[in-house]
This record gives sequence, C-alpha cells and structure tokens, in this order.
Amino acid sequence: MDRRQFNKTLAAAGTLASLSPFGIVRAQGAKLKVGVLLPRSGTQAFIGQSCQFGADIAPAVIKQMMGVDIELMNADTETNVDTARSRAERLISEGAQVLVGPFDSGAAGAIAQVAEQKGVPFVINIAAAPQITEQGYKYTFRNFPTAVDLVRNGLALIGDLFQATSTVPRTAVFMHVNDTFGQAMAKGVGGLMPRLTQLPFKIVDTISYDPAAKDLTVEVAKAKATGADFLLLVCRLNDAIILRREMVKQRWNPMGIIGPGNPGMYENQFYSALGKLSEHCISNVPWYNPKAELTKLIEAQMIKQFPKEKLMFHALNVGFTFESIMIAADAYKRARTSNSKELTEAIRQTDIKNRMMIGGPIKFNAKGQVEGIGSAAIQNLNQRPTVVLPVAAAEAKPVFPVPGYVKKS
Amino acid sequence: MPIDLIFNVVIAGVLTGLVYGLMALGLSVIFGVVRVVNFAHGEMMTIAMYATVVLFAAWKLDPFLAIFPAALAFFVFGYFLQSTLINPFITRPEHSQFMLLVAVAIIMVNGLLMIFGPTARNVQVDYQLESWELGKILFDKARVYAALTAMATSAALFAFFKFSRPGKAIRACADNHLGAKVVGLNVKHLYALTFGIGSACVAVAGCLMVLLVDVTPVLGPAYTLLAFVIVIVGGLGSMGGALLGGVLIGVSEAVAGLFITPSAKSMVSFALLILVLLFRPQGLLGRKS
Amino acid sequence: MSAPASPLFADRRAIGLLLALLALLLALPALVNSYILSVAILILYFAYTGQAWNVMMGFCGQLSLGHSLYVGVGAYTVAALFVHYQISPWVGVWLAVVICTLMGLVIGFLAFRFGIGGTYFALLTIAFAEFTRIGFDHFDWVGSSGGFFLKVESHGTLDLLNLRGSPTMFYYLALAMCAAAFVFCAWLLKSRAGYYWQAIRENEEAAQALGINTFRWKMLAVGISSAMTSLAGVFFAFYYNNLFPEQIFNISRSIEIILGPIIGGIGTLFGPILGAAVLTILADGITELVAAMGLEIPGVKQVFYGVVLLLVVMFLPHGIWPTLARKLGLGQGSGK
Repeated sequence: MDRRQFNKTLAAAGTLASLSPFGIVRAQGAKLKVGVLLPRSGTQAFIGQSCQFGADIAPAVIKQMMGVDIELMNADTETNVDTARSRAERLISEGAQVLVGPFDSGAAGAIAQVAEQKGVPFVINIAAAPQITEQGYKYTFRNFPTAVDLVRNGLALIGDLFQATSTVPRTAVFMHVNDTFGQAMAKGVGGLMPRLTQLPFKIVDTISYDPAAKDLTVEVAKAKATGADFLLLVCRLNDAIILRREMVKQRWNPMGIIGPGNPGMYENQFYSALGKLSEHCISNVPWYNPKAELTKLIEAQMIKQFPKEKLMFHALNVGFTFESIMIAADAYKRARTSNSKELTEAIRQTDIKNRMMIGGPIKFNAKGQVEGIGSAAIQNLNQRPTVVLPVAAAEAKPVFPVPGYVKKS
Repeated sequence: MPIDLIFNVVIAGVLTGLVYGLMALGLSVIFGVVRVVNFAHGEMMTIAMYATVVLFAAWKLDPFLAIFPAALAFFVFGYFLQSTLINPFITRPEHSQFMLLVAVAIIMVNGLLMIFGPTARNVQVDYQLESWELGKILFDKARVYAALTAMATSAALFAFFKFSRPGKAIRACADNHLGAKVVGLNVKHLYALTFGIGSACVAVAGCLMVLLVDVTPVLGPAYTLLAFVIVIVGGLGSMGGALLGGVLIGVSEAVAGLFITPSAKSMVSFALLILVLLFRPQGLLGRKS
Repeated sequence: MSAPASPLFADRRAIGLLLALLALLLALPALVNSYILSVAILILYFAYTGQAWNVMMGFCGQLSLGHSLYVGVGAYTVAALFVHYQISPWVGVWLAVVICTLMGLVIGFLAFRFGIGGTYFALLTIAFAEFTRIGFDHFDWVGSSGGFFLKVESHGTLDLLNLRGSPTMFYYLALAMCAAAFVFCAWLLKSRAGYYWQAIRENEEAAQALGINTFRWKMLAVGISSAMTSLAGVFFAFYYNNLFPEQIFNISRSIEIILGPIIGGIGTLFGPILGAAVLTILADGITELVAAMGLEIPGVKQVFYGVVLLLVVMFLPHGIWPTLARKLGLGQGSGK
C-alpha cells in the first residue's frame, strides 16, 4: 500500500488523516524515500514551482545514471514556517529517509530543527543565509554557496569581465533588495569590496529597496543621479523587471547591469516581460556547465517530462534541486542502507565529480556547508542566458559596455 | 540634492498617487455607505489586473479600453457579492465582517494561483516605456495617461453622486439609514449598488495598474493595506479624501525615498497614518461623526 | 453573548470534562508520534495566542489586528539577550513582558485618549505592527532583514534553563502556558475587571454613564493582552531558533492569531482553544485530503480552507463553542 492509497483509504473513511495515530513505518524496500519540501504556494511560489521541476525529473535521471530507485514525497510548505515544520514531521512519519528542500531560509531553519530531532539528513538545495550552517546542526547540509562565497565569485568574475573586454569602469552604484537574501548579499559586498583592491571601481552609493516595492521611481532616480558607470544589482525577478523598465523610462543608460550572484535577470519571465530590454544584463551566478554530460541528460529528461519548459530558464533552481537529490542517492548507494545515521555519515563523505553545476567536486565541510561551487558570468544574448565566462564553459564572448551606453556629459 | 531630481520624483509620486487614490476610492465609497470594511479590496483589484491581462492576450485589447468591460463585470460581481454574501453581515460586529472578507480574500488569492500560476503576468503596449521630456523633467507617458483616467473616473463618480437620482438616494442612505428606509428607499438594493460601484472603481484602477506593475496572485494583501492607509489618511467615507490621501502617500513615500533609505520609505506612510488617526481620526477631509 | 457570566466552575460536568482533557493532554507525548506532537504544539501555540488576544477583544471589545507586534518584539527581545549577552530566557522574558506591555499601553493610551475605537483602532494596531516590521528590517543589531539566528548546539540534551530541548519539552511548555492562561482568564472573567470589561464591550457609553472609568479598564485589557502575547514570542524564538521580521511581524501572522478565537467563539474561555484545534487540524486535514484526491495544484488547499472559514462564519456567527456547549448540555456556565 503506497502513500496515496493509504491516504485515500483514510479520506474515504471521512477521517482527518493528519491526526490519526498511525506511525507508518513500513518494511525497508530497495527505494530511497526522499521528502521534497518546497513552497509551491504563498509568496515564494514562483521559485518553489521552478525548483520542483528539478525534483520531478530526478528519479528517472538518477535511475539511469546510478541505478538507484528514488521515491519522491512532495510537500508544499506554503511559504510558512509552521507549515514547513509540520510537513517535515509528516514526511518523516510517513517514512521519508532524507529531506531535500526549500531555498527560503526561514522554512529551511524550521525543517533543520525537525531533521535534527529525528536524526534524518536534510540537504538544502538553495538558501544563502550564511548562518544556517553556522547554527550547529549535525544533520543539515547545504549544496549552495553562502552569500559571501557567491559575492566573492561574483566580484571576481566582474574583474575578469573588465579584463576580457578591456574596460575600466571607475564607479558603480549598488542597489539591493532588502530581504533575507539581499541583506546577506549586501553584507558580503560591504565586507569584500574594500579588500578587493584589484577591482578598478568604487561603490559610490548603496540603495536598498523594499522587496515588495511596486514602484521604483525614486530608487532609479537616485541611482541615476549618482552618475555611476555601471549598476551593481542584487535583485529578485519582479523587482528586476520593474527596475529595468524604470531605467528606460528615466533614460538612464549605464555601461551595464551586473548581478554579483543573484537571480532575477535570467528567468524566463524576465525575457518575456522585457523583450529586447532584457538584452545584455549580466548575472554572475552558479550555473550548469552546458558542456557537462549530466547537463545533457537532464536537459533531455526535462524535454521529455515538461516539453513546455526550458532548462536554461530554471537553470539554478533545477540544477541545485536535482543535485541535492543526487547527493542523497549517491550516499544511499555507498552506504547501502537507508539507516539515517549511516546515510548522514555517507552524505558527509560525499565526493561527487560528475556534476552538472560549474565548480569542483561536491564536498561538505564539517559544518555541512558545500565548498568549491563556482560561478559563471551569464549574459543575456539573443534573449537567452548565455555563458560568457569563465572561458572554459563559455558559449559566447561578453559584451561590455552594452550598446546604447551613453557617456556622462 | 539636485532640484530636478526632487521635481521628477514628486511628479511621479503625484501621478502614481492618483491611481492609488482611485483604488482607495472604491474602498471609501463602500465604507461610507455600507459601513463594511472591504478586507478583500486589493485582492479584487488583482483579479481586475488579471482580467486586463487576459483581455489583452486574447484580443490585444488596450488596457484603457479594457476599462469598460472590466468595470461592467466588476459592477455586476460587486452587486451580487453584496446582495448575497455580505448583506447578512452588515448588522454583525466588525470582527465577523472582517472574518468573512478575509475568507473571501484567501479564496481569491489562491484561486488566482491555481488558475494563473505564480509567474508574473503583464501587458506590453508601446507607450509603456515612453516618456516626455520637458527641460530636465521627465513625464512617464503610461503614468500620465493612467492618472488622467483616474481623475476622469473620479469626476464621473462625483457627478453620479451629486446629480443622479440613485446617487442622491445612496447619499441619503449613507446619511441616515433609518430615514432612508422610512421614505421607502430600497436600502438593500442601494447597498448592493454601492458595492457594485466601489468594485467598478477598483476594476478601473486594476486596468490602469497593469501598465505600471506586473501582476502576481500574492499582490492583493499589500494593496489592501495600502488602500486602508490612503482612506484613513484622506478620510474614510470621503471621496475627495481618497484621492488626496493617494497623492499624499504617493508623494511622501517618493520624497522619503530620497532622504532615507528607500527600503524604509513605507514607514513614512504608516507614521502618517498613525499621526492622522491620533490627531484627526476622521481623516484629512472626513466629516466628524 | 450578552448573558452575564454565571459563576465559573459551577458546572460539575464541565470540570469533569476539563480534567479529562487535561489528563489526555498530559499523556499525549507518550501516545502519539512526533508528527502529531508537532501539530499539537502548533495548536497549543495558537490556543495560547488566541487566549491572549481574546482578553482584549473577547472580554473588552477592542479589536486588535496587530498582535504579531507583541509576538515579534517579545521574540526578538529574549533572543537578542540570549545571543548577545547569554542571558537565560527565564530572565529575558521579564524584559520582554515589560517592553511589550509598555508598547501595548502606549498604543492603548494614544488610541483611547483620542477616542479611537472599532475599525479605526484595528487599523491603528496594524499600522504600529507594520511600522515596527519595517523598523526591524533595518535593525542591524538583530540582523535586520537578514534574519536573527540562535545556536542549536546543545540539542538532544534537556536544558530547561536555556530552553534547549526536544519537542516534548516544548509541548509541555506550551501546555503549561495554555493551562495557566486558561485559569488566569477564567479568574479575570470572574473578577471585577471581567464584569467591567463586559459592560464596556456590550455598550461603552452605558458603562461610562454607570460611572465605570472605561479608559482605565481598557488600558488594563490591552496591558494584560500584550504581556501575555509577548510570552508567545519567547516560545516562538526558542522553538524555531530563527527570526525574520518579514515573517514574525507579518500581518498574516496577526490574522492567524485571531482566526482561532473568532472561529471557536469570541469572549469564551474554550473558544480560542477549540478554534486553534479546529483550524490547525483542518489545515493539515485538507492538505491530506487534497493529496488523497490527487488534486496537487498549489493553492487548492487554501481555497478549501477559505471556503470552510466562510461557511463557519456564515452559519455559526458566535463561533463553534457556544453552539457545541449547548449541544453538550454545558450551558453558558463554563463557556463564558
């Protein structure tokens, strides 16, 4: 009897299934049961649903690649910490042997508590708040760089970009969204900039804006007034769209827009909402290596299961969600057991070289934080995200300053 | 700080504020007559925004033309919402009304999520990105058009309440509920009519808002809150007050964004709200009850 | 609703039921798995916050839509003292209570001095909560919008002094808070304040005409309610170990707090508890039901939830408890 049938039986009995005192512990099958917790409704629904694609394609790819059988158990955290916590408990009581999930740091923190209590390993797919792996959890792992690492990679790539294009911008205005992610990134930028003396530019002003802002007139007017050479932007999707439009309305054409490690400017919606205005924006983010074997496998599976979606528009979300499940599967294969202690130990010993995202092999440090994830400079060329740096993975040459750049008078 | 920067920002604040004002006007009209606070107001506007997006996607209908079908549909929707669901609640305590409309709002937000998914939707018209330049001052075309339409809609509404028979009857009903009953007015019908008009207002505001903001299902609650702030500042139940409140909030947030960090600019709105509630609880243009 | 409260615990049957319920709740951790325990903790948490809110609204008729303010400030106060100065939550809680009570009193003073009530008062409370939320978004000492994190290193061991421990510990803590709040509220209702509050709730002008100093009694209600709510914040901070202004001060948190007592029965002692139980079980139950029906479209669950809320508020205007109490033959005695 699988979970769905079980639930059906309960529902048929007219019971509120949730509170029935059945601790469902079934006999150990040869399948690894992965509980996937993502916010598919609520304010973070957009990214949650995007990540879900990465989970949905995982069983087929992993079966083919590693011969491991995976059973996904999906749960919606509704962008609510209480729900995240009780859903995590629910998944474990239903037999989930490893939890994978949510990029939003609040829910991730709530789930980490449960994982810790139950001794079930928990692999966070994406969440940049550095503190999560500093709180002392023993069962929590994160396959995503911390904000500081993101910014370090992102700024280094900016240096490479200027070298590759032989440009020397002197000033930047830094705009960032003031939410958990944006704040962590801003702290990274503030901490690293003074130490990176090899970068030719200075930040002349920092403008933080409300994540729920529906009108960025003042913010853009302020940024334009600084007369900075280029815009360093930590954004999310919706505000990035508003901001880009506002720049056009206010006729502000800096040398370019560069994101030092954030989403927002490579998602499908950015292209469809802005059309050719999306062109040339640069995001220095962890990305899949378009030339990697695994990427091709995943792309094929994506086309098979979701013909309407394109991998490149969900790149980071699908990539890291898939890799999190792959980490679990790999550990399961090595440990040959789903016993949570041994599985956790096996995850700690992870060393996966055949990966999809750019960077060294997947390895966790003592705190459960992954190390060695690289970033790539992604530029919007012909309305699609294109890898322009590092050269080894590049699909095209970077364009900077962008066409339409108006020199300061 | 350069003076043209301040001018640019203030003008944008006024224009956006007028559209906000129109949205809040709907809330104010409904409260002024029916005495029910519509806690699903922003959610209703979100639905109107989606309606505009759908009309545009299907028939390339310009948002300014979408106003007519949207307003009509929302009028009917509002009329029935009031006469069926809300009417039994007008004599109930506030928390009961609040619950009802919160439930309606939850259904609306998540219904939209089910139908349209979480991705932002928008319309793309050519004037959306254009602006006029007057010296160093920029006028954003879409905002100017939207603000003018908001003013025209408000003027039409003023005229309706001032001169038309049903408009006068509604005002009589708002002034003296019992008296209106005594002289034989159909209060239930008038209430429904008012809710319909308030909904039509918010539909027009939704059509205009699509030009400025991409719509997602979760936008609603933030707009509900914004509408509250505006009507309280302007005067709950006062029509002129709603527009004034909209402009005031629009401008004060814009100017605040210049002087403090922009992410904290809505603090100014809430501070304004608190001050108004304390020193002039009936709102700037509201009448003392 | 308008019937005066009859002497509490007059009803032997009610006491019997209450004791049976308490015994069941005490034994619960031994009987159920940890998923159900986590749901039970959630229920107790919302029962407690609902009870605290009920003092202000249910007893005294002052509608607050900004109670997340006190949860948030309470949580941040103890967490900051704990993280920055290693002060035990049992000490920090006193400061949290003092700060929250003062905030409640300031808001109450401003509102009641200027004669603000009803909808306007409700909106004032929202304004203060939102104002504080944005303030905390920029409050670097407690991590601003980046979040504030507590260490969890001493997990697995029971450290009651620092509130580090297993869900079972948090369960009993929440249960103790609920039970204490229940007894305290029962006492309040029977006290002089309780009678004055009800007079104010039913008709403030008439109460004033009778010589009741309505200002003073309303202030008392706000003070007690905010103090009680701050304790929920303390619980929240140590149960979750992460605080984000965007989450804890969010207006949706305030709404979650008040749904329980309204659905359960406003102004009653059992209403907040029953409401919290019904809503929490409902939310999880619908999730399961929707999954069982194969309707895994995000949003379906909340639509169902909204419809149920709608039906309850339409057909049970006074909440579930008054109706249920009548059915159980408990009368108004223990309900009021």
